[in-house]
Amino acid sequence: MDTQLPPLFKRGPTPLTRLVFFTLLSLLLFVTDARFKYLDTFRLSLSVIIYPLQKLATAPGLILDRASDFFATHSYLADENARLKQQNLLNAAQLQRYQALEEENNRLRRLLKARDGFQGNAALAEILYSGRDLFSRRIVIDKGRQDDVKPGEAVVDDTGVIGQVTRAFPFVSEVTLITDKEQTVPVEVVRNGLRAVVFGAGEAGELELRYMPVNVDIQTGDELITSGIDGTYPHGLPVGVVSKIERNAAYAFARIFCTPNAGVDKHRQVIVLLSQTQFPENMAAEPVPQTRGKAKKARRGN
Amino acid sequence: MPSQAAKAQDILLPVRTSYIVLTLALAFFLNLLPWTGFGLLIRPDFVALTLLYWCIHWPRKVGFGTAWGFGLLVDVADATLLGEHAFAYSLLVYLAIILRRRMMLFSAREQVWHILPILLVSQLAILLIKVYNGAEFIGWGYFLSSVTGSLLWPVLSALFAILLRLKPDPDQI
Repeated sequence: MDTQLPPLFKRGPTPLTRLVFFTLLSLLLFVTDARFKYLDTFRLSLSVIIYPLQKLATAPGLILDRASDFFATHSYLADENARLKQQNLLNAAQLQRYQALEEENNRLRRLLKARDGFQGNAALAEILYSGRDLFSRRIVIDKGRQDDVKPGEAVVDDTGVIGQVTRAFPFVSEVTLITDKEQTVPVEVVRNGLRAVVFGAGEAGELELRYMPVNVDIQTGDELITSGIDGTYPHGLPVGVVSKIERNAAYAFARIFCTPNAGVDKHRQVIVLLSQTQFPENMAAEPVPQTRGKAKKARRGN
Repeated sequence: MPSQAAKAQDILLPVRTSYIVLTLALAFFLNLLPWTGFGLLIRPDFVALTLLYWCIHWPRKVGFGTAWGFGLLVDVADATLLGEHAFAYSLLVYLAIILRRRMMLFSAREQVWHILPILLVSQLAILLIKVYNGAEFIGWGYFLSSVTGSLLWPVLSALFAILLRLKPDPDQI
C-alpha cells in the first residue's frame, strides 16, 4: 500500500541502486587492497582513529590480569621465586658461555671478512589482542612505527620464533604468527643442516614441512632453527620440533608435522627484533646494472 | 502481539544522532574486546546488530553510508581485507530496508526469524570473499555467530526501546 503512494518526500535513489553503488565501492577497495598496496596510508589513518577504542577494549582484560596478580598466594610467589632463581642461575651460566662464543665467533667472522650476524636492537612489546579474523592467525602488539617497528621484522619470545610483523601502524603493529596458513619460515635441521621451509598449518600448535622427499633424512624429535637465508629471520632461532612423520610411497612428498617451540598462543610479552642488517636489494636480479652504473660513474670521475 | 508492537513503536522518542553514534561506538567496543578461541567463534557481531536495529527503526538516520563506514573500521580493526565488512554491512542494510515493513508487524521475539537469515547472508558474503582470496572453510561453527547474534536480538531491542522511552527533560518534546 505504502509503496503505491505518490512520492511526497524526496527519497533519493532506491535501495537497490545504493546497494549496487556500495558494492562497487567495496569491490574497488578489495582490488586495490589485495593487488596494489596503495591503501596502506588509508588503513594507517583509520587505525589511528580506532586506537583509543582498541586500547580501551583491552583494559578489562588487563585489569583482570593485574587483579589476579594482586591476589596471588604467598606459596605461589615463593615457588615462582625459587624457580626463577634457579632458572636465572642456569641462564647466567649459559650467558657466560654464549658471550665467550659470540666473541670468538665475531673474531672468526672478522677473519673471514664475513658479514656480522644479527646484532640489531630488540624491542619488548606486549600483545594487545589476538586477531579476530577466524581465518588467519595474527596478533596485534603495542609497538608501532613510533618505536621503529617495520613490516618484515621477526618477532620472538624467550623460546623461539613467534612470527613476523606484517603491518606496522603508528602505535600498534600486526604480527602474522608462524602457524598462519600463509606464513612460511626458512629453517634448517640442527642435526644435519638440511635446509627446508616450514609452513603454518592454520591451526594452533602445528607447523608443516612441505615438499620434502619421502626418503628425506628427518626424524621425529629433530630440532628446527631458522636458516637465516631469507634475510628476514636471523640465523639460529629455534622454530620447532618435528612431531610426526608420515611416509607414504604413494605420494611424492612426505608429510612432516612439527610443533612450534615458542608459546605462539601463550604469552603476553614478545620481542621484536629490529633488523639493522642491510642486504643489497634483490641480489640475484640486479648485479649487472649496478656494476654498469658504477663503472660509468667511475669513468666520469676519471 | 502486532498491536502491542505498534503501540510500543508510538511511544518511542525521536532518536538523537549523538545517541546513535554512542551505541555504535559501544557496539564497536564490544567487538574489540579480547575474544579468543570458542568465545570468538560464538561472538555475535555487535556492530552488525546495532546497525540493523537503527536501520530497521530509523532508516532515515542510519543507512548505507554509516554501515559502509563502520564496516571499514571493523576491517581495519580485524586486519582483514579492506571492504570485506563494509560490503557485508551494506548488504545487511539493504536486506533490512527491504524487510523492515514486514518486520514491524512482529514482536521482537518473532523478528529473530528475520534477523537470522539477514545475518547469515552477510556472513556468507564474508565467507565467499575469504574463500575467493584463498582461505579455507573453517567449518559450520563459523555461522554460530549469526545464531547467537539473532538470539541476542530481543534483548537488544528491549534494551534500546527502554533507553528510547526515557525522557531526559519533561519540558522538552
